[in-house]
Formats: sequence, C-alpha cells, structure tokens
Amino acid sequence: MSTNLRVNPITCEAHGLCAELLPEMITLDDWGYPIIEGNPVTPELLDHAQRAAAACPTLALLIQRRQPQR
Amino acid sequence: MSTQAQAVRLPRLLIGTPDQGQMSLREHLAIHDEIPTGHGRRHKRRDAVGLVESIERAGLCGRGGAAFPSAVKMRAVAKERRRGIVVANGAEGEPASLKDKLLLEALPHLVLDGGSLAVAAVGASELIVCIPRSAKTARHSLTQALGERERERYDSVPVRVELVPDRYLAGQESALVSHLNGGPGVPTLTPPMPFERGVQKRPTLINNVETLAHIALIARYGPEWFRELGTPAQPGSALLTLSGAIEYPGVYEIEHGAPLGDLIEAAGGSTSEIKALLLGGYSGTWLPGMLASTLSLSTEQLAPYGAVLGPGIVMALSEEACGVAETAQVTRWLSEETAGQCGPCVHGLNTIATAIEELQAGTAATGTEQRIARWASMVQRRGACAHPDGTVRFVASALSVFAEEFAEHARHGPCAACARPSELPLPSHPHLAVAA
Ligand SMILES: Cc1cc2nc3c(=O)[nH]c(=O)nc-3n(C[C@H](O)[C@H](O)[C@H](O)COP(=O)(O)O)c2cc1C
Ligand code: SF4
Repeated sequence: MSTNLRVNPITCEAHGLCAELLPEMITLDDWGYPIIEGNPVTPELLDHAQRAAAACPTLALLIQRRQPQR
Repeated sequence: MSTQAQAVRLPRLLIGTPDQGQMSLREHLAIHDEIPTGHGRRHKRRDAVGLVESIERAGLCGRGGAAFPSAVKMRAVAKERRRGIVVANGAEGEPASLKDKLLLEALPHLVLDGGSLAVAAVGASELIVCIPRSAKTARHSLTQALGERERERYDSVPVRVELVPDRYLAGQESALVSHLNGGPGVPTLTPPMPFERGVQKRPTLINNVETLAHIALIARYGPEWFRELGTPAQPGSALLTLSGAIEYPGVYEIEHGAPLGDLIEAAGGSTSEIKALLLGGYSGTWLPGMLASTLSLSTEQLAPYGAVLGPGIVMALSEEACGVAETAQVTRWLSEETAGQCGPCVHGLNTIATAIEELQAGTAATGTEQRIARWASMVQRRGACAHPDGTVRFVASALSVFAEEFAEHARHGPCAACARPSELPLPSHPHLAVAA
C-alpha cells in the first residue's frame, strides 16, 4: 500500500499553508497554488503530510492510500 | 488497397445522407437492414454481452477526442451492481467540429440505434441524448425520429433528449453528469468516474454520438467487416470536419490511415498555399502546412509528429493568415472558457493568453516565449479536467510552428495580416461552411 498526496484543484484557494508545513513535497506555482512532488509519501513525512492536510482551511489537500497496481 | 475498392466501401456512416432534412426510419432500414434479432426489441442478455465482445474485437475507440477503447468502458458499466444509464454525447463544444451536428440532424436513427444497443448491452435503463441548447435542427430531427420509432415500436428502452449549455466545456464528461444531475454543469473531481457513479449516482456510459453510430453498424455487420477499413491499431472509418483554406469544407468520412493529401483533393483542393494545419481542434496540435502531402490520418502515423485526430478536426490555415493573431485569439477564447474552478487553469491560461497578446503587440519583455513554455508545463495535469492540458498543447505547438512569426511580432509588433478577420472559427464569429 502506498500513500499519495493530491490537491483538489476545485476547492484549493491558494492559502499556501501546506507548502509551509511540508516544503519537502510541496512548492507553490507563480499564482500561489501548490505543486506536489515526490509522491508517494515516505514514512518519515507521513506525520507532516497529515498535519498539512489538517491545516488546509478548505481541506483541499488529500491523502490517498492506494493498493499497489496489480 | 485500390482507390476503387475504397470508393465502394466508403461511406459507411454517411451513406445515403440526405442533402436536406433527415433520413426517415424507413430509409434507414432500407439502407442498413433491421438490427439483428436479440440486439433490438427482442433483446436477450446473451446477445447483449455478445455485442460488447463484437465491439472489442472490432477495436472500436471513442470519437469524442480521447480515443478510449469503447468495450472497456461498457464492461465497467455492465459490471457495477446498480443499473446504468447511457448518455449520447452530442455537445460538440469544439467550434471547428460539425460531425456530431451532421449525425444528429441528418442521420438520427444511426445514433439512436447505437444508443439503444448500448443500453441493452450494458443492462442500462435509459438513453439520454445530450445536444447543445442552440441546436434547434438537431432537436427537431431527434423529436421526429423518436416519434417514428415509437409509432413503429422500434425501441425497447426509454429515450430522452437533454439540452446542454453552448460552452466548450459542456461536453466534458463529468460536466455533462453535473448538468444532468441538476448541478452547475462544470467538471467535477474524479474519481469517482462517471462509469462508477454518474447520472443519479448510477454507473453511466458516456459515448460520443459518432461512437454510438459505429456501434449501430458493428451490431449489424460484425467486427470483421469493421476491420476491413482502417489500420490494425485503429480500425474502421471516421468522420472528419475539414475546414479552412479548402474548396469544399465540410464533414467527410475517411478510413483511418488515409493520406491527408487524398482527403484535401477529394474536397476540391486547397484555396491557397497552406501555411499550417491544425489537427484535433483547439485542444490539438499545429503542424507545418508542408506536411499536408505527407501526413496519414491515424493515431500511430500522427504520433511521431506529436499530433492526434482528437474529435476528427482538420483545419487548413491559409498562407495569408497570421499564425500569431490566430493563436492569440483562440488562446484568449480558451482561457475565457475555463470553468473558473481551478487556480492553475484560471490564472495560468489567462497569464499565457496575455503573454501571447503582448508578443503579438510587440510589447512583451524579452524571454516571454520561455516564460510561456514554463507556464505551460506548470499548469499541465493540475486541473480537475483536461482543459488546461489541451490549451497548452495548442499553445506549445503554435510557438513551435509559428516560431519565426512570433519572433517577428515580438520585435516589430503587429503585421499587416493581423488585421484580417480570423480564419479559425470562434463561436462569436463562425466562419465555417455548412456540413457537406
Ligand atoms: C474540455 C473537454 C471538452 C470535451 N467536449 C466533448 C464534446 O463536446 N463531445 C464529446 O463527445 N466529448 C467531449 N469530451 C470528451 C468527453 O469527456 C468523453 O471523453 C467522451 O464523450 C467519451 O466518449 P467516447 O468514448 O465515445 O469518445 C471533452 C473533453 C474535454 C476534456
Ligand atoms: S481545469 Fe479549468 S476547466 Fe477544468 S474544472 Fe478546473 S477550472 Fe474548470
């Protein structure tokens, strides 16, 4: 099972908190919207990822657990 | 294969297309025969499953733009526990496309046959045909056709027609689902995909109306017949809308893999030197005009050029047109057609459109082309739908095919041709001729 981060681009309002809380995986584009790099989330970063997801005012940062593709 | 043999086998869908008005049910059945028993009124589950197998063996791929294998989607809907719904997508948001309109207006029974066959094949409960709000003729033709079918007790499934907004995005599948569910008709975050949870939260098979028309013929003549035309990787025939600097623009049926040069010749040739070709519409790709005599119209033969047929659109831009002005106007229009939901789409496309306008005006800062390329890769795959991806594909190919013109404009500002009316159609000023 792997854990991935995804942004819901419809609900994201470019608050930018996620990039502050998880700079290892999230940078901001020219308009302040998050770009995610480095999926899947490594075990060391899982805690930070969960904190970033919880901090988003619109809950637009999604943590998705996936079965590996068979 | 000889040209003569081809002439005998094509057209398939367009055979008997009336010059005016629509084909009646009687004419339709005289040309195409009855739907084989089992597929139509006296449908049995076993035959329906057989149809999906036929479609798979035929290698039919969707004609709404993404060329997705049709049988895969049908199986996905059929295997869900809840009863499905079939949606015939006739929204045709691409301004340079006329094929769906032609099918709905002139050959409604092909679309309705395919739709009700699909309903039976996936065990769905109804067919919903979606057409643009402004499509008065198509609406009339469908109403007539449904009346004929009811009188003849031809359909065993309920069919209704729904009007969708005249917008570029209206036919994007999750937007269609949203509209049919009484929502705002804009794309939604997927998954769930429509085939999992769509209209009324039920598994929903969404197919382009041309895809359904092919299904109507595959049910009658079988997969081997279907594969007699086209290439092994992309079998069958396809409807193309050919427009621009062409003597007789309109909708043509080709076999996949046909040389573009032959198509242009069949359409009376070009009316001027062709500066550039736009393949796949406004989410498609520009190619240099000199390729008109070398290109063949199939996915595998276009792939080396980074191009696709998409929903079957080929536009020939004349030598007199300004590639920069045409690109600037379409990009602005595409940026305004955003559903306005996703930051990278709303801001990115507007930023790119503005930069192209500045290049055209000669007011752009140095390095603007590089910045556009950076923004283009920045917005890719970051929308809820593929609208930004299609737009930047169009823009990136324009910057490459019209590279010299862009450099000229950046240095000297607008050229003489910038003032000409645009050759690419935009809904506010359509330049397309009526379908052939
Ligand atoms: C921005 C956008 C606009 C679209 N517009 C249409 C359309 O007008 N008609 C259509 O058939 N498909 C359209 N599509 C494709 C549909 O989402 C969907 O893939 C298609 O209807 C599936 O049918 P098919 O498998 O028969 O091709 C659009 C896709 C996008 C991303
Ligand atoms: S990517 Fe653009 S068009 Fe697609 S849903 Fe988001 S805002 Fe709307």
